[in-house]
Amino acid sequence: MSMWEYANPRLFMSWTRSVLPWTFGLAGVCLVVGLVWGFFFTPDDFRQGSTVKIIYLHVPSALMAINAWIMMLVASLIWVVRRHHVSALAARAAAPVGVVMTLIALWTGAVWGQPMWGTWWAWDPRLTSFLILFLFYLGYIALWEAIEDPDTAADLTAILCIVGSIFAILSRYAVFFWNQGLHQGASLSLDAEKNVADVFYYPLLVCIAGFVLLFVALVLMRTRTEIRARRIKALQARGQHA
Amino acid sequence: MPDLGSYAAEVTAAYIGSIVLLLAIVGLSWRRYARVRAALDEVEKNG
Repeated sequence: MSMWEYANPRLFMSWTRSVLPWTFGLAGVCLVVGLVWGFFFTPDDFRQGSTVKIIYLHVPSALMAINAWIMMLVASLIWVVRRHHVSALAARAAAPVGVVMTLIALWTGAVWGQPMWGTWWAWDPRLTSFLILFLFYLGYIALWEAIEDPDTAADLTAILCIVGSIFAILSRYAVFFWNQGLHQGASLSLDAEKNVADVFYYPLLVCIAGFVLLFVALVLMRTRTEIRARRIKALQARGQHA
Repeated sequence: MPDLGSYAAEVTAAYIGSIVLLLAIVGLSWRRYARVRAALDEVEKNG
């Protein structure tokens, strides 16, 4: 069976019905274990003090804020190329989850920045590109809501998504593109020398897994909702024409 | 409760704010999921 058949609306509804509870369950377990481990059982950092505990929320949410947009980009490109309705609906379903991830990253970053940098906010390249990404998320959701014809909405939001991807990439690599600003480089690295200490690293990995799984579960659930909403419209339109 | 020292307010605010946002997106998504499912059942039953 071709992989595209799994995205057939009927088949999608069938396989996601059994996968969804497991994904939510695993996400809940990872989030509770990761956050409790990080908050209660990790030491303070010698420079940052207890604010280092914010890393367990900030890094996974920032990661997911960018990756949610990348997922929307892939789904939008599939829509543009293959006219696959479920992919357009999945992109739409992911946007509010991406907004929440971006808000958490901005909030935790500001709360951490105040005592560490002495300011809630700075027009630093990474922070600014992240704020623009947040505005793109809002614009993307507004555009979906503003256009009645779903195919036209999917086309126009796909274009917006492609344009916004510049800021998703900038949010990730701004520190390297402009070697200035307050924001430090990545907390996670394959180079052990640059990585955070193991005592912070392992609970952080569990939290990242929790955020990824929660994102997947929410997108699956919201896509199922969008498919059902689309079916309601189709049935109502059929009833009016009959 | 761990000793958060002089940064207790910041760390607590970060956790409470984030957990509220996570619960809000899960709750709102679930509420719409249930409503749309009920609406579809209704339309299919009458249709």
